[in-house]
Amino acid sequence: MSSWPILSLVTFLPLVGAVFCLVVNGPKEAVDRNCRSAALITSLVTFLVSLLLWVRFDPTKAGFQFEEKLAWVPALNIGYHMGIDGISLFFVLLSTLLTPICILASWESVQVRVKEYMVAFLVLETFMVGMFCALDLALFYIFFEGVLIPMFLIIGVWGGKRRVYAAFKFFLYTLLGSVLMLLAIIAVYWQIGTTDLPTAFEKLQLSFQWQFWLWLAFFASFAVKVPMWPVHTWLPDAHVEAPTAGSVILAGVLLKMGGYGFIRFSVPMFPEATQYFAPLVFGLSIVAVIYTSLVALVQEDMKKLIAYSSVAHMGFVTIGVFVMNMQGVQGAIFQMLSHGIVSAALFLCVGVVYDRLHTREIEAYGGLVHRMPRYAFVFLFFTLASVGLPGLSGFVGEFLVLIGAFKANTWVAFLAATGLILGAAYALLLYRRVVFGALTKDSLKAMLDMNRREIAVFLPLVLLTLWMGIYPNSFLDPMAPAVDKLIGDYNAALKLARTASLHP
Amino acid sequence: MTIGLEHWTLARPEIFLAVATALLLLYGVLRGEVATAFISVAASVALVATAVLLFMPYREGTAFATLFITDRLTTTMKALVLVGAAISILMSRAYFERVRAWRFEYPLIVSLATLGMMLMISANDLMSLYVGLELQSLALYVIAAFHRDSVRSTEAGVKYFVLGSVASGMLLFGSSLIYGFCGGTSFVQISQALLAGKAGEIGTVIGLVFVVAGLAFKVSAVPFHMWTPDVYEGAPTPVTALFAVAPKIAAISLLVSVLMGPFKPLFPQWQQIIVAAAILSMAWGAFAALRQPNIKRLMAYSSIGNVGYVLLGLAAGTERGIQAVVFYLAIYMVMTLGVFAIILMMKRRDIMVESISDLAGLGRSHPMLALAMLIFMFSMAGIPPLAGFWGKLYIFMAAVEARLFWPAILGVLASVVASYYYLRIVKVMYFDEGTETLDPTTFSVNRVVAFVTALLLAVFSLAPQPLSLIAEAAAKGLFR
Repeated sequence: MSSWPILSLVTFLPLVGAVFCLVVNGPKEAVDRNCRSAALITSLVTFLVSLLLWVRFDPTKAGFQFEEKLAWVPALNIGYHMGIDGISLFFVLLSTLLTPICILASWESVQVRVKEYMVAFLVLETFMVGMFCALDLALFYIFFEGVLIPMFLIIGVWGGKRRVYAAFKFFLYTLLGSVLMLLAIIAVYWQIGTTDLPTAFEKLQLSFQWQFWLWLAFFASFAVKVPMWPVHTWLPDAHVEAPTAGSVILAGVLLKMGGYGFIRFSVPMFPEATQYFAPLVFGLSIVAVIYTSLVALVQEDMKKLIAYSSVAHMGFVTIGVFVMNMQGVQGAIFQMLSHGIVSAALFLCVGVVYDRLHTREIEAYGGLVHRMPRYAFVFLFFTLASVGLPGLSGFVGEFLVLIGAFKANTWVAFLAATGLILGAAYALLLYRRVVFGALTKDSLKAMLDMNRREIAVFLPLVLLTLWMGIYPNSFLDPMAPAVDKLIGDYNAALKLARTASLHP
Repeated sequence: MTIGLEHWTLARPEIFLAVATALLLLYGVLRGEVATAFISVAASVALVATAVLLFMPYREGTAFATLFITDRLTTTMKALVLVGAAISILMSRAYFERVRAWRFEYPLIVSLATLGMMLMISANDLMSLYVGLELQSLALYVIAAFHRDSVRSTEAGVKYFVLGSVASGMLLFGSSLIYGFCGGTSFVQISQALLAGKAGEIGTVIGLVFVVAGLAFKVSAVPFHMWTPDVYEGAPTPVTALFAVAPKIAAISLLVSVLMGPFKPLFPQWQQIIVAAAILSMAWGAFAALRQPNIKRLMAYSSIGNVGYVLLGLAAGTERGIQAVVFYLAIYMVMTLGVFAIILMMKRRDIMVESISDLAGLGRSHPMLALAMLIFMFSMAGIPPLAGFWGKLYIFMAAVEARLFWPAILGVLASVVASYYYLRIVKVMYFDEGTETLDPTTFSVNRVVAFVTALLLAVFSLAPQPLSLIAEAAAKGLFR
């Protein structure tokens, strides 16, 4: 228990910056400059405060820490309940880390409506962090859905040519999934009389039939967010059209909301249905891993290729969550964190060359290594991390998931492992076509290597990827008790249900 | 036999409004057109004063034998109607001055319509219900056609009148059937007769259906919605703003008190009707507006959809359901007034425009206005954390509690479809570059209204508790 509401501080601090940006006035140049700095400073301070969470986090405890609880709408028994455990801790840090990086990355590439852009990003950060901290179903839903508003604007206002289409598709797809979850949340509310999540863990006793339908409703929402095949089609469009920083947040944090949702809500609240539906999830995930990897192989647009690779990587995550053993779940969480950093960095890599040439066509590039050695190094580093080179973060997550899957079902592990091979194929192919080869195109001959700002953007991500790859225990240890408890509760609930059905 | 005048003071607010309107009318007749500005402000003040009178002191009971009833629910609804009407009068000046129809009769007719609405809300007898409804309707027919020189406005007035009369006829026919079968028009008598075994008789059920159909017309629920888009589009914009707010709230309140009051014993029968109307309204309000280029027509379909959600709350038939209705209506009123305040500011080269594409580039040319509109649109779409979300949450909570699972599922799906056209307005404002932007706005009542309503919505979003307490208290009026 901390004496001051540190979680609320992390959540709402960005809004301070947003309000400052809204009220600042004057000539356009000055306003733009002030808003950029204000956004960067606020998000950096937020990140520093969020680091305090890690420092003061007790890694031996399984329960929620830094809890804050206020009655918010007593008439509906909806509370403002925040708290994090080992599972959500790193997602909060991921969100607070990526936001300043995004703001720094759009320092020069965003020149129109800078003020609104910064406001949108800061509001987005509030919603993202709040979503990972919320311990009340209604509060969670509010943050979960609230994310759509700034993201819709980011894609729609600052996006590419087909931005309107992409923004609408993103919004409507996600909304369609989420409203069903809202009904499920209401159904849970009527079972226990509150939307408080820990209370729901304790008291919720649902028949299998109820679990069946509610699980599906939650699944509708999270599967779209992850996204799982076949509801992934919004993702390539959104990624391609979004500005670089939008893609970074989309891949880095928004996709994690689905995986996090499964772990936080679906599994503990509906254990029997989770077990029942696990084969379905495996099936969809394997299709995602193999099919979208193949699709990625033939892409001509760099961002689209990385977007499809995200779907494939998130397929590992859903497998890991639903094998429901220690390695699987830890691997899934680790894979999400790693993917959050690596794919974010890959989108940033695309952003670097896009800022110079204003095209994402793979064909337009080739031989960049001759002009941009530093860029070639960074791009290679993250390509290999994405492929899963041991020593970098991608390996740990995928390896743990595969161990977990192997324990649960050999075929699932086998088929998922083919994804690794395909993943190496498309990632290296992309790298070869963009960076290697002869530098023949005239437009590329004047390209400048990364400047200091861009290096500052990538440096923390490089270090983190190395850290996660070399010493993953810094991250795995704090989450272990919470994951252990999750699996323990899950097995206990299943056992209880089995004995109940044997002795009616 | 008593003459029933013992508790006439319960109707003090209504009597005050009637007297105030009559005096203002007298003043207007004596002074002529020059008094218009004064009268319009005075009428708004009178409406607000009436709202204050409702609570100072707050009293409940029945008066005029059993014709008239006041309780928490009626008082809350009346307060909403009065405030909505007062604001819509204030919002109308600039528009009517522009079209040279700025006459003192307008605010007074609105006051009279509001008086009718108050009587409707307080009706405790099929007769007083009808009288109140007709007072309201006749006044509204007139102001729909208030812009006499405009063909569209006149057409709207005539359409509204003809179709409204049919609805009134249905209502009367239903009332007479019920009178025939139940032996009285008072809600108390009807309730007693139904409980005593008249509920099963086919005549009462048919009568109920006709009454509900007549009222469904007034709230513009599908399938009795056909007049709404045409009237909304044709009527002068301030009148449309009024239509979207005050009469709707009054008619829904009436529907609630009729169905939850005397006809409570027929709940299984009317629940089917209301559920069907709710689903159809939600769906039609969502799909029909998708390709709508005119923003007033869009708001008409939006209001049809919103009524669908309100009816879903009513269909639950529970205390939670009625709370949801009150809560939703309050938020709906704030949002709608805000949107119309912005529509009333849409001018280009000093000419009022009303197509959605005219909003193009608003995000750049009028950032604050666009931000307010953004808030209204996301709120209408029910996207959290905005206040509209709480309204929908309340409604769906009530529906799930009453085990109306399929209507709730269809309702949320319709809300996704509807969010498309709300988003389209955001898209036009922020994503599109306008070829020619709207005129700069000057300080005006409409700007204040837009600002205040946006602010109120923000407050409701963060702190829905006070409003839900009001809704809770109001719903208690029906469940004692």
